[in-house]
Amino acid sequence: MLRSAAFSALRQTKAMSGKGPLFQAARAMASAAGEETVTFDFCDKTFEGYNIETPSRSVTMTQAEAIKLYRDMQTVRRLEMAADSSYKHKLIRGFCHLCTGQEAVPIGIEAAITKEDAIITAYRCHGFTYMRGASPVGILAELMGRKEGVSKGKGGSMHMYAPNFYGGNGIVGAQVPLGAGIAFAQKYKGEKTCTLALYGDGAANQGQVFESYNMAKLWDLPVIFTCENNKYGMGTAAGRAAANTDYYTRGQYIPGIRVNGMDVLAVRQAVAFARAYAIENGPMVLEMKTYRYGGHSMSDPGTTYRTREEIQHMRSTSDPITGYKHRLLETGVATEEDLKAIDKQAKKEIDEALAQAKAIPEPDGTELWDHIYVKGSEVPYLRGRVPEDVHYYNTAA
Amino acid sequence: MSAALKSLFKQPLLAARLAARTSRALPSAVRHNSSIVGDTITVREALNQAMDEEMERDESVWVLGEEVAQYNGAYKVTKGLLDKYGPRRVVDTPITEMGFAGIAVGAAFHGTRPICEFMTFNFAMQAIDQIINSGAKTHYMSGGFAQCPIVFRGPNGAAAGVAAQHSQDYASWYGQIPGLKVVSPYDAEDAKGLMKAAIRDPNPVIVLENELMYGVSFPATAGMSSKDFVVPFGKAKIAREGTDITIATYSRPVGFALEAAELLAKEGISAEVINLRSIRPLDLPALIKSIKKTNHLMTVEQGFPQFGVGSEISAQIMESEAFDYLDAPVCRVTGADVPMPYAQNLEALALPDTEVIYKQAKRVLNIE
Repeated sequence: MLRSAAFSALRQTKAMSGKGPLFQAARAMASAAGEETVTFDFCDKTFEGYNIETPSRSVTMTQAEAIKLYRDMQTVRRLEMAADSSYKHKLIRGFCHLCTGQEAVPIGIEAAITKEDAIITAYRCHGFTYMRGASPVGILAELMGRKEGVSKGKGGSMHMYAPNFYGGNGIVGAQVPLGAGIAFAQKYKGEKTCTLALYGDGAANQGQVFESYNMAKLWDLPVIFTCENNKYGMGTAAGRAAANTDYYTRGQYIPGIRVNGMDVLAVRQAVAFARAYAIENGPMVLEMKTYRYGGHSMSDPGTTYRTREEIQHMRSTSDPITGYKHRLLETGVATEEDLKAIDKQAKKEIDEALAQAKAIPEPDGTELWDHIYVKGSEVPYLRGRVPEDVHYYNTAA
Repeated sequence: MSAALKSLFKQPLLAARLAARTSRALPSAVRHNSSIVGDTITVREALNQAMDEEMERDESVWVLGEEVAQYNGAYKVTKGLLDKYGPRRVVDTPITEMGFAGIAVGAAFHGTRPICEFMTFNFAMQAIDQIINSGAKTHYMSGGFAQCPIVFRGPNGAAAGVAAQHSQDYASWYGQIPGLKVVSPYDAEDAKGLMKAAIRDPNPVIVLENELMYGVSFPATAGMSSKDFVVPFGKAKIAREGTDITIATYSRPVGFALEAAELLAKEGISAEVINLRSIRPLDLPALIKSIKKTNHLMTVEQGFPQFGVGSEISAQIMESEAFDYLDAPVCRVTGADVPMPYAQNLEALALPDTEVIYKQAKRVLNIE
């Protein structure tokens, strides 16, 4: 498995870390399996530890996996761009929170965990939904409220689910205890898996987050509390909302690591480390330092509380896709043409998915009544808008 | 929640006083329609047995809440469960309702069946976002993908002398929510059967118990001893048959209504007492059938009068065929529209009892 190759590489290359501040060009080595691998190094600012050592500053993976990271980020970028334009064309209604600029986080996380691990996040969830296995058609159709959306059109942007991905949650902070609960169930069932419970810098001040820290620590739950710090809780800069903006230390008695969240490899490295720790010992906190180019949502221009210069600066110096592209080029894993082909393919895939999604109809009116209760266990009837409008359920009582 | 309340239950004298108050003689069980086997069982024991049996039957069922494990339950409802099932399945939580309710819902999403106790439902207000937005609505928002087979249980409504923050009845709050089921037992049979049904139900279920009923004994009916004994939701019970007026209620007031029916019977008035058992779904057909017979309906609840269970029943009756059978408007007997006072006399003035129900029934029937 790719992961075990990475771990054995981690052990082998631990001695190589600390080789100077500049990023080192790596050499491709033929592994025992015969697959081409590549080794990447991290600069010393990549990880900061709180009451725990930091991950190895070197990682090795197959070139195939390295390229997949690029492809996935580009696909999610394209997906979010399609959502943006669809919203502006009024095909998407209500709230729509895009993760443009933050792609390294969902992609890096997925690369470090298994399908049996679980993820839960708040409403900036499209990237996670895709990485957990939902199709672009399913996601775009859900955004447009169509019947073949991932939630059958019943949830929308904020309520998307996939196997071992528990949304997509609209109430700030509520997903954190839920995530601790999923981890509780994993431990209860003896699964040897972990849960990533994600929340933003704004949610990080919620009381229920601290209640979750407390119970997770008391009960050694395999949960990784992951703060996506994009510097703004809606329109409020982090420092105006948090007396302590070192979110990776907010777990107090829980060890934490702050990570350069614009670096997909760093995210992957930190999550792999945290996963091993959490399954063995109990909770950890991760803080992903990241940045969104867009506003909080499609209703927020994102420029009233920060400067356009700041946004432009981040785009040009810290873009996760551009930054990773340079690594791939420098290490010889891919050429410009390879990457351009991937870009083109990603755009094509999303364009096609969008066209397909637009052609899907809205749910049938009868679907209003589905899934209020688990099928087969419904109440006898429910009322519509007027007394004469009653929907009966045929349940074997 | 208050540390003061917790400390109450460490004082045996006070607990004994409360127990004495709760075991006032209630109407005999002769009007139960099931056969009596001679043993008695308290509501507390019935709830305990229900949880025990379901935990034995299904390994994914577990219990969490404040004091449920080592203390054996603030009201001793979970007594013995820790000894039998161990700390993995019976979990003491810190006093953090929002957090542990959210943990319980998350654990329900991922394949376990939690029974989440609130020491009283007053404290559940701190967790209500998790109950409603995370618990009740997720199956729908996810297009059926996520399920939440959870039971939220605990004492609801007024106790005795615990004042405004510890006395609210939440039946109408939870009853409003599509995606929840809400039940409220009166006697031991209700308690055991509804609790077992709730634990087996794949949806989130709220079980509104009553602290003053925990110590009350009832005959153990024949069916109750079956390991698969369940009381189905949405089916009210005719606690007493009658022909002149229907009195519909739930939880502890069922007892008062039965007493009132006895008083009315002495004056030649035949009251039919309906124990609703289930708030959502509500057994409207049973109410309609009864009104066709008696032509009068009076609802009784301890909760506040505005936007309450009686209000809902009145509206549903008016919108139904039963409207044509009413000889008088539906009358609601409720708690007073005041925060629960502490002084005993004021508390009594804030809650409907046997006397209030009896007098109001006569008023509805236009009898002096």
